[in-house]
Amino acid sequence: MPNSKSAYSFSNKKEKFDTHIIVVWVDNEAGVLARVVGLFSGRGYNIESLAVAQVDEKLKISRITIVTTGTPQVVNQIKLQLRKLVPVHKVADFKREDKAVIFKEMALFKIVGPNNKLESALKACKKYNPILLDKTKKSNVIQITALRREIDKMSKDLKKFGLVSVSRTGAVAMTRGAEIFK
Amino acid sequence: MSKLYSGAEIVFKCMEDQNVDHIFGYPGGAVLPIYDELQNFKSIKHVLVRHEQGAGHAAEGYARSSGKPGVILVTSGPGATNVVTALTDAYMDSIPLVCISGQVPTHLIGTDAFQECDTTGITRPCTKHNWLVKDINDLARTIHKAFEVATTGRPGPVLVDIPKDIQFQKTKYKKPKKENKLNGKSHNHFNQNNIDQLIDLMSKSSKPIFYTGGGVINSGPKASELLRELVYATGFPITSTLQGLGSFPGDDNQFLGMLGMHGTYEANNAMHDCDLMINIGARFDDRITGKIDEFSPKSKKVHIDIDPSSINKNVKVDLAIVGDVKTVLSSTLKSLKQKKSKFLKSNKQKTSKWWEKIQKWRSIRSLDYIGSEETIKPQYAIERLYELTKDKDSYITTEVGQHQMWAAQHYKFNKPNRWMTSGGLGTMGYGLPAAVGVQVAHPKKLVIDIAGEASVLMTIQEMSTAVQYNLPIKIFILNNQYMGMVRQWQELLHDKNYSESYTAALPDFVKLAEAYNCVGIRAKTPEELDDKIIEMLNTDRPVIFDCMVDKVENCFPMIPSGKPHNQMILGPKDQENKKITGKGKSLV
Repeated sequence: MPNSKSAYSFSNKKEKFDTHIIVVWVDNEAGVLARVVGLFSGRGYNIESLAVAQVDEKLKISRITIVTTGTPQVVNQIKLQLRKLVPVHKVADFKREDKAVIFKEMALFKIVGPNNKLESALKACKKYNPILLDKTKKSNVIQITALRREIDKMSKDLKKFGLVSVSRTGAVAMTRGAEIFK
Repeated sequence: MSKLYSGAEIVFKCMEDQNVDHIFGYPGGAVLPIYDELQNFKSIKHVLVRHEQGAGHAAEGYARSSGKPGVILVTSGPGATNVVTALTDAYMDSIPLVCISGQVPTHLIGTDAFQECDTTGITRPCTKHNWLVKDINDLARTIHKAFEVATTGRPGPVLVDIPKDIQFQKTKYKKPKKENKLNGKSHNHFNQNNIDQLIDLMSKSSKPIFYTGGGVINSGPKASELLRELVYATGFPITSTLQGLGSFPGDDNQFLGMLGMHGTYEANNAMHDCDLMINIGARFDDRITGKIDEFSPKSKKVHIDIDPSSINKNVKVDLAIVGDVKTVLSSTLKSLKQKKSKFLKSNKQKTSKWWEKIQKWRSIRSLDYIGSEETIKPQYAIERLYELTKDKDSYITTEVGQHQMWAAQHYKFNKPNRWMTSGGLGTMGYGLPAAVGVQVAHPKKLVIDIAGEASVLMTIQEMSTAVQYNLPIKIFILNNQYMGMVRQWQELLHDKNYSESYTAALPDFVKLAEAYNCVGIRAKTPEELDDKIIEMLNTDRPVIFDCMVDKVENCFPMIPSGKPHNQMILGPKDQENKKITGKGKSLV
């Protein structure tokens, strides 16, 4: 940058991006999701997927699971910035490759077509715990739980069997074994 | 105990219990019940501003100069949106503010009612936290929590939005329980091991430097005392950010001046060449670091900060000490005395070469400028202002631009909380209302807003506030008719295309002062400057001082964008290598 016309300096450094799953325990109060999501958009962090629901009715605690990508420095900032939010209780961070953690996403597929195609579709889903939620003469709704890339693949593969609609959740995560994250 | 209070009363009961003595505000439909109660709470004085942004900056000035949180009261809709700039400013510079805003009644929220806006939505990214109170029984707890959030940890602004119907509803009021602040909420996350590591690094270093910031000021006056003790005990050089000025005496020999884009040659070069950088309460802002990949390449870096998210945000550090500056410094001093009681003696030789190098940089005299006998040089004006006020324990605020940098370079601060400036956000129009707030907090002290003519026009209406409350603030305008910093950047980087940076129709500031019923003074030549400044200082009323300065003077030294610390432009004649004549030459 020999002749920058900016009031700021630029960096041309490219760093490696990792995928992380960030789990945030928050008070389930008005605007709390907006605070978390606003922090990501405001600081230019990425959200690949998001899952949120109340997990403790008595204490009114919600658990937010966010899949994000960033350099180690950015992921570290995400955690530290989240911890500063007043309704945030704790923040956990797992690498996608982490073997000690289970990640799951759910997807619903609607297949419309002749019977043989409906059956082929169900068969194709066999590896991912398929549940037939609805069946008519012309259509199926299949639920699967799997990893993101597996669902990506199925969304592509099922097209030839008459896939007309896909609905999917963000990832949820839990550690293996008796340990819980404190 | 069973007495019922209205929401409006509870607002003031809470303020009483939080020892609030002044609030800055502007009434409107959605806060009328609160304004109705004002007269019943004699210990709380209301300062009526002329624009809600002014209320915000006045509260900032009040907070920065007194160490107490600033309190703002505004109405819904435009009242709240007008204060957003000040909240953002306070968020960037870590100033504790509590903003109470009115809101349309709860049953109208979401209907696009008159003067309705999504206040908590709009202010969410510019506050530490905010609340919309929808139940009268939550009100007292929420307001007390708001004060706690604003003032603990890294301070910052908070907002409590109170719908009008809640202000009318009644409930019991309970005083807040005195919580033990350290009960599980300590902001100190360091241990003795960290301190030992720091002392180890300090004893091994031959080219050390302290780099201190606004965190020292925010930690309280005691932190500045401890900082001085540590700097004298170690004999290390020290430089400060814009926000940190005053935590260490500006005229001390160990002080290298401000660092960063318009910092001194010696401070920036020392930052670049040091082998140990001890950052105390600063945040590696881009105005400080210059080109980040070439920032102080050979140093071990220590970062002391209360906010864990400041650590490794912009610059990776070797040792992080998360804690309140005051506590960290006192632990460090304690350990230093125990383990290395002769630190200064043993260290003097080790750092002697380093000091020699620093003296060489210093001899460049990077703050010097070419004097003039015909026109007032802006730097000269600040120098004279400093010389004529330095014995008065004065409080200085600024607007944003060249005048701000010249003030930071040429006005020497010896005490914390004397320097109020918009650093992070760079808000033009900050200084005048901030001066109002400072004068409210310190009625007997000299308060000067060093201003530019463009900045000051953004919030000039607050002169009316100053006059109403007999606040004898001095608005010292360095008038060059340009948005000077914009013009400077256009000269340096945009081929002198001075696009829209000249104000062709400025008001006559002396007449303007008279219109506001305060005093206008104009200085046109270096010769008359001292007398005029003395006239200003002897006036016990608000003054607008129109100091007509050189129109095209640039602010040097300067690190151009995208350059590291050791590639500064020293002055206009830098390339031709011409000598810059010393200060004071303009008159003699």
